[in-house]
Amino acid sequence: MDFDLTEEQRLLKDSIDGLLTDSYDFESRKKYMKEKGGWSQAVWGKLAEQGLLGLPFAEPDGGFGGGGVETMIVMEALGKALVLEPYLPTVVIGGGFLRHAGTDAQKAAHVPGIVDGSKTLAFAQLEKNSRYDLFDVATTAKKKGDGWVIDGEKFVVLNGENADTLIVTARTKGNRRDTTGIGVFLVPASAKGVTKKSYPTQDGLHAADITFTGVEVDGSAAIGNPDDSLALIERVVDEARVALCAEAVGLMDESLKTTVEYIKTRKQFGVAIGSFQSLQHRASDMFVAAEQARSMSMFATMASDFTDAKERSNAIAAAKVQIGKSLKFVGQQAIQLHGGIGMTMEAKIGHYFKRLTMIENTFGDTDYHQRRVADAGGLV
Amino acid sequence: MDLAFTREEQAFREEVRSFFRDNVPPDTRRKLVEGRHLSKDEMVTWWRILNKKGWGTSHWPTQYGGTGWTSVQHYIFNEELQSYPAPQPLAFGVSMVGPVIYTFGNEEQKKKYLPRIANVDDWWCQGFSEPGSGSDLASLKTKAERKGDKWIINGQKTWTTLAQHADMIFCLCRTDASAKKQMGISFIVFPMKSKGVTVRPIQTIDGGVEVNEVFFDDVEVPYENLIGEENKGWDYAKFLLGNERTGIARVGVSKERLRRIRDLASKVESGGKPIIQDAAFREKLAACEIELKALELTQLRVVADEGKHGKGKPNPASSVLKIKGSEIQQTTTELLMEVIGPFAAPYDVHGDDGSNEAMDWTAQIAPSYFNNRKVSIYGGSNEIQRNIIAKAVLGL
Repeated sequence: MDFDLTEEQRLLKDSIDGLLTDSYDFESRKKYMKEKGGWSQAVWGKLAEQGLLGLPFAEPDGGFGGGGVETMIVMEALGKALVLEPYLPTVVIGGGFLRHAGTDAQKAAHVPGIVDGSKTLAFAQLEKNSRYDLFDVATTAKKKGDGWVIDGEKFVVLNGENADTLIVTARTKGNRRDTTGIGVFLVPASAKGVTKKSYPTQDGLHAADITFTGVEVDGSAAIGNPDDSLALIERVVDEARVALCAEAVGLMDESLKTTVEYIKTRKQFGVAIGSFQSLQHRASDMFVAAEQARSMSMFATMASDFTDAKERSNAIAAAKVQIGKSLKFVGQQAIQLHGGIGMTMEAKIGHYFKRLTMIENTFGDTDYHQRRVADAGGLV
Repeated sequence: MDLAFTREEQAFREEVRSFFRDNVPPDTRRKLVEGRHLSKDEMVTWWRILNKKGWGTSHWPTQYGGTGWTSVQHYIFNEELQSYPAPQPLAFGVSMVGPVIYTFGNEEQKKKYLPRIANVDDWWCQGFSEPGSGSDLASLKTKAERKGDKWIINGQKTWTTLAQHADMIFCLCRTDASAKKQMGISFIVFPMKSKGVTVRPIQTIDGGVEVNEVFFDDVEVPYENLIGEENKGWDYAKFLLGNERTGIARVGVSKERLRRIRDLASKVESGGKPIIQDAAFREKLAACEIELKALELTQLRVVADEGKHGKGKPNPASSVLKIKGSEIQQTTTELLMEVIGPFAAPYDVHGDDGSNEAMDWTAQIAPSYFNNRKVSIYGGSNEIQRNIIAKAVLGL
């Protein structure tokens, strides 16, 4: 049992923290947000230069063979700096599908572009009525010759505007809520019949609603078994949840730090408001919530390697519950302790709060995952 | 980063578990499971079994009879002990006064007291809190005056846990009234049988008698019963309170209770079916289990950190343990109340010896709920813990 980072992991942490300290202050972030697709190609290039975009890929595929802990380190750092770039959809999710189920040809076609920063991906999964159920898929992929024809609508696709390749879940067989008959397809964003409506999200990222109308892809587009890929989707989304937990820990750390600094300097009644016990206790409770979240983020990271899929999913669901509870408390109290200034776009704290809030509503909220744990027979 | 225990650690867990299985008197275990009070004899019998095995004072330095275990082994031992469940060693002797004596006492005191603490030949109690000194402990007034080769002690202590069983007390006494409040306190030990010591039991809201008031009326104590230096008692008290950082979360206790709740909830009916099938209840139970898992991980982080970097600098996460640990213990007793529903009402009148065996175990659930309100009050209330985090961790 060991919770320390190895020497290499510590170096990784230092290098990404250093990069983001140099290039990701709050003012720069505002500029990046105005670039095409809502993030900075230059920063993305720097992440590629440091090898961060190739981190989880195996060495023969051109990556660096990093594991869950390495991704945790990166996501925590990205959270701390409130980074806009599409690491989650491209490296964690897109990369996840390719790593776990991609053929050699698929990997050769997509991994080098991810690693060198020239290509980004997006995960087109959410549908009008699917909410958090990954098996709830109405989009269809019908066999045509060797290939497939995809029809359907996907919503809130992060990085949908910029992505070169879309990873689309679609049903090859059965009815909307069947757990079998679901496939995963690589679709070029430029394919005929793909139309996008792009917009910014509440937390300053960018997403798109994407319609697929008779989109034709060839037989090599399917990742994994086109008739039975729910287990694959669950595995990759579990990894995305773990990554979000780590990002949230970074966001909470920075929110707490910023808030404590603020109440140490803000004066009322002639003294720093941090000298008042009611505020001290609130800040202490924020610390407790953030530490409990950190513990569960570590737990989830280690659980992603569990061989039993049910055990893995249960542990990660539990982590998402703890993160959800903690982030709501830390986020809301950070605003409260900042007072009026916390309500403004000018102050950085509100932006942390908004990103935290969106994490709660991504890939299952607290209630959703709590129900999953309860129905799975608990956690003791 | 790795969650797994080593093969040796797993073997150790098995060894500990099978020792408990073979050696904890079944009736003692049953009473703990049912939330009943144990008699003095039952507790002492078990502690002597543990001491004979060499595990009674496991965390003491080896030269005083400790085991030399790693932090992880201590963690495993405690978890197994709490979740078996078996009575934990008498904290006042083994975890509190013992370490003060072997760290600050002289050779004679070590020789005289330590073996008797280990074998519970002396039952120790703690004379810290006073009616006017709870969270503000340093304001204590009990006075020890030097008179030749004796101390004359006058004053009153309160919340003295199980003082009715005690042979010895360790006491914080004011020895210099002119000094700043923390500076004039000394750490003095003496027999409870001394002339002038009176114990008055306090009945708590659960109906039990765990705590007492202790009065000192011109109690004469030999000067040599001072531990360490005169007027340094506050330092020793801080050392003592900081000594048991990870046991305080009582993860094993809550684990055992949650297993019991799950078991009961599949038997007790609500709406014509077991209450575990009620979605709202099941989610509440899952919520508590998740909180406990987070706490267990937080505790493991602290344990792993101590193992690697020593106990010198406490991991900031350790302050989380008391707050969350007590909240979760309280939640588990609330859940038990919910499972048992209307059958929480019958009250088991305590016998003269403090036992409560007259009624069905269901009668112990409400008392356990009432009794557990104490866990967020004792050992530095949760509000004091928040003060500590604000000052020591956040720098407020």
